[in-house]
Amino acid sequence: MSREWPLWEVFIRSQHGLAHKHVGSLHAPDAEMAVNNARDVYTRRNEGVSIWVVRAADIVASSPSDKGALFEPANSKVYRHPTFFPMPEEVKNL
Amino acid sequence: MYAQLVETGLKKVQSIDEMSLEEQTFQARIDAGVKIEAKDWMPDAYRKTLIRQISQHAHSEIVGQLPEGNWVTRAPTLKRKSILLAKIQDEAGHGLYLYSAAETLGVSRDGLLAALHAGKAKYSSIFNYPTLSWADMGAIGWLVDGSAIINQIPLCRCSYGPYARAMVRVCKEESFHARQGYDIMMSLAKGTPAQKAMAQDALNRWWWPSLMMFGPSDAESVNSAQSSKWRIKLFSNDELRQRMVDQTVPQIEYLGLTVPDPDLTFNADTGHYAFGAIDWSEFHNVLKGNGPCNRERLQTRVKAWDDGAWFREALVAYADKQASKEAA
Repeated sequence: MSREWPLWEVFIRSQHGLAHKHVGSLHAPDAEMAVNNARDVYTRRNEGVSIWVVRAADIVASSPSDKGALFEPANSKVYRHPTFFPMPEEVKNL
Repeated sequence: MYAQLVETGLKKVQSIDEMSLEEQTFQARIDAGVKIEAKDWMPDAYRKTLIRQISQHAHSEIVGQLPEGNWVTRAPTLKRKSILLAKIQDEAGHGLYLYSAAETLGVSRDGLLAALHAGKAKYSSIFNYPTLSWADMGAIGWLVDGSAIINQIPLCRCSYGPYARAMVRVCKEESFHARQGYDIMMSLAKGTPAQKAMAQDALNRWWWPSLMMFGPSDAESVNSAQSSKWRIKLFSNDELRQRMVDQTVPQIEYLGLTVPDPDLTFNADTGHYAFGAIDWSEFHNVLKGNGPCNRERLQTRVKAWDDGAWFREALVAYADKQASKEAA
């Protein structure tokens, strides 16, 4: 059996000008085939206007065990949300 | 279903005192409706059960292309041929989404395919029946994909994130499959007496195997109870089957066809149809490998894989050559 094709993560930009969004992954021998395969697998119904493919091995991800250290500091900083500051009814445009 | 009789490897459902601290936390997250993601800690049995379930589901999508492939060159019109090709291409896509979801659990796609080709992995019983007439393309889209939708819609809410997300994509596309199937049945049912008879014949042959797809009653099954607890199975086989019968009988009546079940009655009190006994010996026999097409399906799969080997290897050789050119 020959070597397994590397895994690629696929990101698609939809019609509406939003950021590329992760849609799934696929195997392909090289970048060009990865784009071709992504076209066939993930955009059969006009889902996108642009494709990014990234080798899965090249993605650096945070680890679930770091969740506390990374995200807990934000919990105590609710003042970062506008709803933290109640505004009087009669004050407009804020 | 597309995944039938999935083993958990457990003899009884784990109670809370039998769980380790990690397992308790894990179960609490599932009970709270939190999605489990690939890198999260999970019990080994959960991981293994999901690999079995998702890979069986993926294999079913891939093998499911074969009965329909039989009719691509014999579709009655170019339009029907294009639609059938699009549906079969979707099935390949569904297989790929699912293999990807399984791979997040630490198995390789080539490894899963090798297990399928060696006859070690299961796929749905339904794809071991032959497609004898064009009407079978209608019956499959309508009944087989219809049953699949009933099973897959709840799975969009299952506990494992990558599986749930794959199911969302699959379900979006699956409605097209069911409708194009019913559209074929409508054309035949409104056609000549011979065409209507062809539609009835296809219904007669696919009705019971479609109900068997959901698997035998699992009210007493430890595997199903454990899978429900893990939220990778959300309804019992009987509940899903009942849903299928209830929604399909009126569709059959609309076509002016007859349900091939003399015992079928509508219970006005419950609002459900009561249906006749299912021949489970046939189901188990098909699973054991003795269905009408088991051997042919596997042979065709293996041949396609083997015949494509030179092409897959050529693509790797080309990629290596380009990479070494770039490095130089």
